[in-house]
Amino acid sequence: MRLSYPGNVKVVKVPCTGRVDVLLILRAFESGVDGVYLAGCLEGECHFLRGNLRARRRVEYVKGLLEEVGLGGNRVEMFNMSASQGQRFAQFAQEMTERIRLLGPSPVKKGE
Amino acid sequence: MIVGNRKDFSEILEKLGAARRVLLLGCNECVTVCGVGGEREVGVLASELRLYWTKEGETFEVREHTLERQCDYEYIDQIRGFADDYDVILSMACGAGVQYVAEAYKTKLVLPAVNTTFLGVTIEQGMWSERCQGCGACILDMTGGICPIARCAKSLLNGPCGGSSEGKCEIDKETDCAWQLIVDRLKESGQMERYEEILPVKDWRTGRDGGPRRRVREDLKL
Repeated sequence: MRLSYPGNVKVVKVPCTGRVDVLLILRAFESGVDGVYLAGCLEGECHFLRGNLRARRRVEYVKGLLEEVGLGGNRVEMFNMSASQGQRFAQFAQEMTERIRLLGPSPVKKGE
Repeated sequence: MIVGNRKDFSEILEKLGAARRVLLLGCNECVTVCGVGGEREVGVLASELRLYWTKEGETFEVREHTLERQCDYEYIDQIRGFADDYDVILSMACGAGVQYVAEAYKTKLVLPAVNTTFLGVTIEQGMWSERCQGCGACILDMTGGICPIARCAKSLLNGPCGGSSEGKCEIDKETDCAWQLIVDRLKESGQMERYEEILPVKDWRTGRDGGPRRRVREDLKL
């Protein structure tokens, strides 16, 4: 398909979005990232049955935490797509990048 | 286990005031199981504090440390070597743990990060429910193993009130009527004769009304 997506997106591979813990997302923000999104399988199609559903709940929880600390819950999001939907992967990467650009850099960004 | 809720982040910040060197102290017992003050929750709150203070451009130090228990002095003693390096000990244990840490470190400011709520059980992963109020005079033998003190909103001792409707309590539709549960259980277990026995007015002196309680076993003393 030779699709392109914004080069600012760093992909961290996990076996399932169910592996993504609240602390993993928080640590990413501590390291200075501007936003985090999870690209999970379509709901109802998790190989591990409920991994992506759990991930969605954790993302919702982290949104609350980020609001509490003043970073804003919009900096984290959950998206769903199947392995064959490269188009959607690129589209969500674009969408999230645009959203984060509007929000601006993370206020906890480490100095260069 | 003892169950609690974490305080709001804003309340924790307010309590911390100007303190920026924080020893965040978790507990490996009850509060770990109910997901409020174990090593993982210590990590989450520490991360929140770091994110907030970094955003505010503050200089700070947050040390994460989780003790086996905060209700036994042998464990509390384990932080003696470095407790003085911090402005404040922010405890994520239950109220008992917070108090015992404060007793052990008399010159330190010890703050609670958790609201202790009840003695309860795990209904399912992520859901806990109250079962005991520690009244000091257990009557579970009379009530089919279901406690009317903890589970009836009015702590009634001899049957339901008029607020019991279709097995639910009038306080909300999610709460079972404890006396409905008791009668059902007594029927199921063939003990309905228990229901005929009138429980006398409760002597609350064995509970909180008798003041702070203490238990001594001379044979266990060293």
